[in-house]
Amino acid sequence: MSENASALQLVLTGDPALVAIVQLALLVSLSAVFFAALIGVPLGALIALSGFRGRDGVIVLLNAMMGLPPVVIGLAVYLGLSRSGPLGSWGLLFTPQAMVVAQTVLVTPIIAALSRQTIEDLWVEYRDELTAMNVGPLGRVATLVWDARFSLVTALLAGFGRAAAEVGAVIIVGGNIDGYTRTMTTAIALETSKGNLPLAIGLGMVLIAIVIAVNALAWAVRRAAERLAG
Amino acid sequence: MSTADLPIRFEDVTIAARAVSLLDRVTLAFAAGEPTVLIGPNGAGKTTLLRAAMGLAPPSRGRITWGGDEHSAPTHRAIVFQRPTMLRRTAVANIRYAVRAAGIPHARHKREIEALLALVGLEHAAGRPARRLSNGEQQRLALARALARDPAVLFLDEPTASLDPASTKAIEDVIRAVSQRGIKVVLSTHDLGEARRLAGEIVLLHRGQIVETGPASAFFAAPQTAEARKFVAGELLV
Repeated sequence: MSENASALQLVLTGDPALVAIVQLALLVSLSAVFFAALIGVPLGALIALSGFRGRDGVIVLLNAMMGLPPVVIGLAVYLGLSRSGPLGSWGLLFTPQAMVVAQTVLVTPIIAALSRQTIEDLWVEYRDELTAMNVGPLGRVATLVWDARFSLVTALLAGFGRAAAEVGAVIIVGGNIDGYTRTMTTAIALETSKGNLPLAIGLGMVLIAIVIAVNALAWAVRRAAERLAG
Repeated sequence: MSTADLPIRFEDVTIAARAVSLLDRVTLAFAAGEPTVLIGPNGAGKTTLLRAAMGLAPPSRGRITWGGDEHSAPTHRAIVFQRPTMLRRTAVANIRYAVRAAGIPHARHKREIEALLALVGLEHAAGRPARRLSNGEQQRLALARALARDPAVLFLDEPTASLDPASTKAIEDVIRAVSQRGIKVVLSTHDLGEARRLAGEIVLLHRGQIVETGPASAFFAAPQTAEARKFVAGELLV
C-alpha cells in the first residue's frame, strides 16, 4: 500500500493516535485564540479610539509583532515558565497549558493589530453619529466591536491559522511528549524525521481540512450575517 | 422635552481649519419657535455652523452658549447629517440603539420605538438592514434616531439633498410635525423652494459670514442685501 493510501486509511478509520493528536492540537489552538481574542480585541479597540502620545509607535510595534518568529516566543515563554523563571512555581512547563500560553502570546498581536485596523476604519464612519448621540467611551468600544463582529471573525481566523500551523513555540514549551503535548504540527515534524510518513501525511490532510472547514464556516456565517444585518 | 439648551447663542464665532476661516465672526441666536433655515451656496459654512451649534466643532475664537451654558452636554439636541451613517443593524435596531443612548427607561423602549417608526413611516422596513434602505428611507431613519433623544433642538444638514420629490415630501412632513411639537428645527439647504416651504426665519450665509437674517416672509419679499437679492432671484452666488 502506498504511503498516501495508508495515510488516508488512518484518517478514515479514525486511528486513535491520530485522533488524540488532532483533539489536543485543536484544544490548544482554539483555547489560545479564545484568550488572545479576550486580550487582543479590546486592546485593538483601545488603540483605535485613543489619541495618546506615541500611538504611532505602538501601532508599528504591534504590526511588527505579527511577524514574531514562533521559536523566539517559545523561548521567551520557556524562560518564563522554567523552574528558575519568574513563573516557574506554576509548574506549567511541558504541559498543554504552557502551549496555550505560548500560542496566546503568538496570536494576540495578530488579533490586536487586525482588530485595531478594523475598528479604526469603522470609527471613522461612526465618530460623528456616536459623538452626537453622546455615547461614552465604553459604549463606543462596545458598539464598534459589536458592529465589526463579522469583520473581526477574519482577525480570529488569521490568529487560528497562525496558531494551528506553528511548530516552534509548542515544541519548545510542550516538549512534544507522546500522548500528552504532541500536536499535529509537532507530530508531523517528528514522524517525518522518523520516516513514518503515513501518520505525518494523514495529520497533514487533517490539518489542511480543518483550516479549510473553519474558513468555510466563518465565510458562511459572515455572508449570512451580512444579509441579516447589512 | 427640555428647552434647557435654548437659546443657542453664537458670539463673534470664528472657526478656522488650516488657516482657512470656515465661519468668520458669526453672531446669531437660535431661539424656540418656527424652523430656522440656513441657506447659501456650497462652502458657505452651513454645515460648519450646524456642527458648531451641535457642539461638534469648537470655535477657534468667540463662544457658543446653550441656554447660557458654554459647556453643555448634547443631551437635549440632535443632528441628522447630510449623509447619515447607518449602524450595521436593522432599521429597528438603529432606533433601539438611539433610544438606549438617550437613556430612556427600558420599560418605555417598545412604545418609543413603535412611535418613532410610525412618525417617519418606516414600520414596513423595521426588520430590514438599515444599510439596504433607500436614501430617503435612511434619512427618515436618521431622523427617527435623532428624535429618540427627545431633543429641544434638531439640526438637519441638507436633509433632502439628492432625494426624489416623494422622499423630499416625506421628510418635510416629518419636519413640520416635529416643529409643531415644539422642537426647534434648524436646517440647512441650498434649495430655495424648500426654504420657502419650511422656514420661519432665514439665515443667508456666504463665505463663512452671515449676509442677511430675518423672518422668511420679509426675506423673500424684500431681501436687503445684493447677495440676498441675487440668491432669491436664482442667480449664482459665487
